[in-house]
Amino acid sequence: MMAKRFLPLWITTGLLIVLFIIGSAQFEGFGSLRVITNLFSDNAFLLITALGMTLVIISGGIDLSVGSVIALSGVVCSVLITQYQWHPVAVFALVLPLGTLFGALMGVLIHEYRLQPFIVTLAGMFLARGLATTISEKSVEIDHPFYDAVSDFGLLLPGNAWLDASSMLFALLLIVIVVIMHFTRLGTNIYALGGNEQSAVLMGVPVKKTTISIYAASSFLATFAGIVFTFYTFSGYALAGVGVELDAIAAVVIGGTLLTGGSGFVIGSVLGVLLMGIIQTYITFDGTLSSWWTKIVIGLLLFFFIVLQKLLNRNNKLHA
Amino acid sequence: MPVVLELKNISKTYPGVKALDDVDLTLYQGEIHALLGENGAGKSTLVKVMTGAQRKDEGIGQVLFNNQSYDFKTPAEAQLAGISTVYQEVNLLPNLTVAQNLFLGHEPRKYGLIDYKNMLVQSEQLLSRFKLSIDVNAQLSSFSVAVQQLIAIARGVAMSAQVLVLDEPTASLDADEVQTLFAVLNQLKAEGVAIVFITHFLDQVYQISDRITVLRNGKQVGQFLTSELPQAKLIEAMLGKELQHLTGHQRECESPTNSQEAILSLSNVSAKGSIQSMNLTVGKGQAVGLAGLLGSGRTEVCKAIFGLDQLTQGDITFTNNRLTISQPADAINAGIALCPEDRKTDGIIGPLSIRENIALALQARLGWWRYISKAQQEELAQFYIDKLQIATPDADKPIEQLSGGNQQKVILARWLAIEPMLLILDEPTRGIDIGAHAEILTLIRSLCEEGMSLLVTSSELDELVALANKVVVMRDRHKVTELSGSELTSQHVMQAIAEG
Repeated sequence: MMAKRFLPLWITTGLLIVLFIIGSAQFEGFGSLRVITNLFSDNAFLLITALGMTLVIISGGIDLSVGSVIALSGVVCSVLITQYQWHPVAVFALVLPLGTLFGALMGVLIHEYRLQPFIVTLAGMFLARGLATTISEKSVEIDHPFYDAVSDFGLLLPGNAWLDASSMLFALLLIVIVVIMHFTRLGTNIYALGGNEQSAVLMGVPVKKTTISIYAASSFLATFAGIVFTFYTFSGYALAGVGVELDAIAAVVIGGTLLTGGSGFVIGSVLGVLLMGIIQTYITFDGTLSSWWTKIVIGLLLFFFIVLQKLLNRNNKLHA
Repeated sequence: MPVVLELKNISKTYPGVKALDDVDLTLYQGEIHALLGENGAGKSTLVKVMTGAQRKDEGIGQVLFNNQSYDFKTPAEAQLAGISTVYQEVNLLPNLTVAQNLFLGHEPRKYGLIDYKNMLVQSEQLLSRFKLSIDVNAQLSSFSVAVQQLIAIARGVAMSAQVLVLDEPTASLDADEVQTLFAVLNQLKAEGVAIVFITHFLDQVYQISDRITVLRNGKQVGQFLTSELPQAKLIEAMLGKELQHLTGHQRECESPTNSQEAILSLSNVSAKGSIQSMNLTVGKGQAVGLAGLLGSGRTEVCKAIFGLDQLTQGDITFTNNRLTISQPADAINAGIALCPEDRKTDGIIGPLSIRENIALALQARLGWWRYISKAQQEELAQFYIDKLQIATPDADKPIEQLSGGNQQKVILARWLAIEPMLLILDEPTRGIDIGAHAEILTLIRSLCEEGMSLLVTSSELDELVALANKVVVMRDRHKVTELSGSELTSQHVMQAIAEG
């Protein structure tokens, strides 16, 4: 029983290790700590987004707006910093609550009007992308001493591996989210909603509060990811993050979370992102393969994991 | 004993049906109060109103809890006030662990975080009261329904400050588990908890309850002391007390002479988890009634004939052919129609018009490539609106806007349109007001006179006796006896139900 719940997690971990070993055997420099830290720093924004997506999907919902929220967050940051000369910290203090509010509003709509999360967050996706493009169609560069300082900040590990600030921030967020999911009532309520909303209501779960919290958290994390992305690119661009919502969903599913809700682990989604990242790294090291092969492999992996979930659930009916 | 909870003049109206009509319930501290009534009597609705899962009709009625007026908007509010409920279906979360299910919403916490160690200990203590020693960290879905049921009850017990409501708690328990449950209930009672106990097992009512409230058709029949109400009287109260005066009712639908010719016969039919070795014959132009309490297998017989339940043994013969029915479509093609028990979920298609609802079964039988034109549909609908006197301005009104009685007529029209040889009516008059009730009965009689064979179930005995040439009495999922001719009186039927 327990083993079954964790099985997708073990498979993802196994694939990750196998790919790492194959890559190390084939290419010089693949089997290094540096490749691993790069995996985190290159994918920090996606990792953070996937954390939020996991909460949403475990609760039985979906959030399609995260890619656009990343773009909007980045554009607002870059415009305020570059064109209005705000200090980045002040900008973040403004953008993060606004992003959270955006998600909370989607949560309110979903709960109060019994709307499908799919359609509400789809509307949110267009809205955020449209706002971002209205603010600035062109990519806005950021040149600020604070950004230089942050990008110089980090931890030099053996083998010339560099653990950067965004990876550390991600680790911090991961710990916070894991604690919320497994050691607070909010976390249990999120699992409860995904298990069976009807029963959850009858058992006294505060559905409204929980739903709003979930979408607020997802948008907060997407906004945070947008900020992290500006540190990665030193710019903000309205067309950044196109399709990131789908990458995040893919990572969540590959990480073993059921799309129907109720079952899954945040750590699984982290492994999912890393697995997608290591495929990308492998293809980069190979050099001869088109980078679109990443998509092909991810597509195949998704098929595999969806079928796996179906098979696992067939023998493990959720309902009596 | 002081009163804990008092419901006064509670009504609850759903579109087209009045589920509760001016019902009272008084609950004393430290009593076990049985809430009884046939299916559809309004027990579950009353519980839902009491516990905040449904809102009562506004403006009338009052819920007094500890002499204070309350209006619970959600189950969470009622729980917080001290009323906890175990609903009829196991309403737990299969994806959480046993311990999480037990403590959802009031997990023990330490420094603001859930204290799993403490939760584990408390869970094990709680379950030991029910003689359950299971791994409380395992997922709920890994346990049997009976264990899940006990866990649901344990959750209710853990939270019950003052009132514990149990809706059919013993449905999936075996005899030993029931006794364990009763021991716990008696213990709680001694501690001063008021318990509302809903069941259809009458022997359990007599074993455990102190007082009884009986509901019938959404109305309150009465409140009784269990010790002063013999079982026969209780059944009378549940099934309708006019029965006493209605002995030897004359059947108006006298069977024609050719009724010996059987149109349907069941021999030794069993279905998994449903009926056992059922024998039954319905003659041509005959109306056969199925009587029995809730859970006796009435509905299951209808389902088995209509192909909704798979047979494990036995044969069904229809018009001298052995029937192999694996789905309702086969039954419909053979000439059998079923008006289901739950009109709202299994019968009507709410947003569709009367016309579309009527044409549905006929269209399904013809197949989609032989489309019934709109003009034909209108003609068909108008024919039945006139014939059955369906009260509606026109055929294009959505069916959900009609009253219960008129909805039922539309469903009848749907099946009459395919001109079945056998029409099965499962509780045709449930939740229908008195006027429409009589009309539907007249309608059924006239069908019978036209030579259609009928199989009717009803919890209204006088209705069955009035309609049927023969009544088959069921108990515990098999046939107890068959009554016809001069034996067929509601008194006899009731005796058979009560005594088996």
